[in-house]
Amino acid sequence: MSGITAYGAYIPRGRLSKQAIAEANSWFDASLKSLGRGERAICNWDEDSITMAVEAANNCLCSKPDIDLSSLYLASTTFPFLDRQNSVVVSEALNLNKSIRTMDVGGSQRAATSALISLLDSSAEGDSVLIASEHRRSKAGSRAEMLWGDSAAAVLVGKNNVIAECLAIESLAVDFVDHYRGEDANFDYDWEERWIRDEGFMKSVPIVVNKLIESSSVSPEQINHFILPTDQARTPAALAKKLSINPEAVVDNQIAEVGVAGVAQPILLLAKTLENAKPGEHILLIGFGQGCDALLLKATDAISNYKPSVGVSTALASRREELNYNKFLSFNNLVERDIGKRAEIDKQTYLSGYNRRKDLLTSFVGGKCRECGTVQIPREKYCVNPDCNALDSQDPNSFSDKQGTVVTWTADRLTFDWSPPAYFGMVQFDGGGKIMMDFTEVEDGNIDAGSKVSVHFRIRQFDPARGFRKYFWKALIED
Amino acid sequence: MASGIKDKVVILGMGCSKFGERWDASPSDLMVEAFEECIEDAGIEREQIEAAWFGAGIDAFNVGSSAMPLAIALRLNYIPVTKVENMCATGTEAFRGAVYAVASGACDIALALGVEKLKDTGYGGLPQRTRGLENDMYWPNLSAPGAFAQLASGYRAKHKLNKEDLKRAMAHVSVKSHANGVKNPKAHLQREITEDQAVNAPFIAEPIGLYDCCGVSDGSACAIVTTPEIAKSLGKENLISVKALQLAVSNGTESSHDSWDGSHLKTTRIASQRAYDEAGIRKPTEEITMTEVHDCFSITELVTMEDLQLAEEGKGVNDVLDGNFDSDGKTPCQIDGGLKCFGHPIGASGLRMIYENYLQLNGKAEARQLDSPKMGLNHNLGGFPHQNICSISIIGPYN
Repeated sequence: MSGITAYGAYIPRGRLSKQAIAEANSWFDASLKSLGRGERAICNWDEDSITMAVEAANNCLCSKPDIDLSSLYLASTTFPFLDRQNSVVVSEALNLNKSIRTMDVGGSQRAATSALISLLDSSAEGDSVLIASEHRRSKAGSRAEMLWGDSAAAVLVGKNNVIAECLAIESLAVDFVDHYRGEDANFDYDWEERWIRDEGFMKSVPIVVNKLIESSSVSPEQINHFILPTDQARTPAALAKKLSINPEAVVDNQIAEVGVAGVAQPILLLAKTLENAKPGEHILLIGFGQGCDALLLKATDAISNYKPSVGVSTALASRREELNYNKFLSFNNLVERDIGKRAEIDKQTYLSGYNRRKDLLTSFVGGKCRECGTVQIPREKYCVNPDCNALDSQDPNSFSDKQGTVVTWTADRLTFDWSPPAYFGMVQFDGGGKIMMDFTEVEDGNIDAGSKVSVHFRIRQFDPARGFRKYFWKALIED
Repeated sequence: MASGIKDKVVILGMGCSKFGERWDASPSDLMVEAFEECIEDAGIEREQIEAAWFGAGIDAFNVGSSAMPLAIALRLNYIPVTKVENMCATGTEAFRGAVYAVASGACDIALALGVEKLKDTGYGGLPQRTRGLENDMYWPNLSAPGAFAQLASGYRAKHKLNKEDLKRAMAHVSVKSHANGVKNPKAHLQREITEDQAVNAPFIAEPIGLYDCCGVSDGSACAIVTTPEIAKSLGKENLISVKALQLAVSNGTESSHDSWDGSHLKTTRIASQRAYDEAGIRKPTEEITMTEVHDCFSITELVTMEDLQLAEEGKGVNDVLDGNFDSDGKTPCQIDGGLKCFGHPIGASGLRMIYENYLQLNGKAEARQLDSPKMGLNHNLGGFPHQNICSISIIGPYN
């Protein structure tokens, strides 16, 4: 069996104050006041499950720069596209080899744990990455809005330098409908929380865990980390007690810091656990949804030498407090906002033209001239160096991992933007090449010529008339 | 080596409509308004026009494609008419077509007319429009002020200026143009403003505020050109001739090559040097007596004065604040109010600039007439600082 060899996390920087949610909604549902502590992670308007997946995968793969992936799985119940493989978009944004095997896994809150089991249990050679990414919509003023958060996480699965080996796996398939989302629905529909706890968690989880204990030689007391993804605050401890697992082993669901991130939650909590796990410690990971998955993992000696590029603690620390609940509603299309006539221009994507430019648009690949060495983006037929202008002389040159410097910028309040003002300007990349591009998540006063930037795959534009969205790379000011 | 355009073609007549929010006027109405003034000034009949060049910038909100709207509006007699479009440099481009046609000998008398109808969009500012299939896929969704605000940031970084000093100079640029606009009955904006008003106005695209932006106007301007010989034979005296007509178009160097720092307009430097060479001008600060430059935004005018060699690089702020380009300064700029106050109907603007210098050289600029102007430079810029079209025309008394 393969094991986990690396991990990474991505939590959107935006953290909405739960007090702001409570203040806006407790006039209707007073019980929200008691939940109004801490904050939840929220996608910026230009983030979705695809863009977060790219970030999480990058944050995972950065620690293994020489890896040649044989497969990429993307787990989510909030894929931006229902019929267009989202994992392929992610793969191209990561500029991975084209012979990679990709798959979208969804349909249940345990999609990520099921995908992880499938990868760990596979006899295939090579390394695989599992990314779980979730951007769940919830109705304004709902408990879900308070309890959920947007996030992504990724784990690398392979046979070399394993940091957590898999000792045993169990699954249970039961159509227990705690909640569901039908074909045409925008939101989940759920049943009473106490019933879900008593008839769902408390009955299903012991079935798989007890089997796992039986099939391995690990006793409940030996479990050091118990991961039960749920937005029910007390259920993990209650289950631990029922299973004779130490209460200290229960991994916190980060409801007051991030919110429960749906399909991404088990992988995010696994990444968080691996960050602190010591060699020899046991991790019990549960996935719950129409039955459950259970994985028993053991940290190896190699974990002491592993340093994640961006783990949960780093991702958590990179934050920006958001106090404006209206902005959250607007970003998630929960309110019909007057966005002005400038937004009315048709946003059609010409797919054939898009296809020709995919190297630039999705992979952020420019060129390097073989004749004069000039690095440039976009890559055109003639080299841009006025002293060269050679024809067809450029090798592909990736810009997605480059750092750059702001040369020019502005904050445009006239043009349409989902979060005005629109920041954009000229970026000069280290090692050559420059382009005018959007800046995302700029905080007022935090940009000037000379500011350092990194680049990130983000939504550029929505085409609501046709259900399409365009992605491109944007610059983010480095603190 | 080509001999250039100097003194080969003269302006027979010019006309310009009132610019502004012309809610009651269609593009055809505006064209006719400019044309009627022009043909009366030229003193010829419509049938004597042998060819025409028609400039219109934004098809979707204007007259649509092709040259037909001009031919139909003016009932031209089935002569060749060519539609030209080169963004905000469109007006000068129409003029260039007509001047080159006459210079080539292909025709004796040619017409250039530009028109733009910008106020049929339902909102303020320039119309939101496509940048073309390719650019729409990855360019920022930049507005015009957003495009040129970047020039301010690049200029400020290059010359290590603080925000306040640059903003104060930008304000002076606009205050000067507003003062000039008051004296122009055809101007869109005819109201004085103060520096404090300009400095304190809300940002449109930082650091560009409301008063750093030119008017978004409807309007039309028109010229009829011919050879000096024909003009004389028609009884014209004190001829105004074309001294230079140059165009420089970005080839992607500014936008994609590391050599450009975002602080200046490369095309303006190239086109103006070519124009000075063509006109035989060696000391622009001594020989150019007035300018109409593309002040789409105050920062554009300030940087342009340096690129035209009328201010030393990096010293534009001082020259502006010293009043060098005010109506009583060394080289008056935008004596008619400029794009800022006369207004900026895109396809007409290049011709409107030439119109003002033509009036000045003829002594017909009334309340804003300068003392004995000699050589007028017009600078028309289309596009964005990192990708643009610069056209320069210089006109003066025919020798």
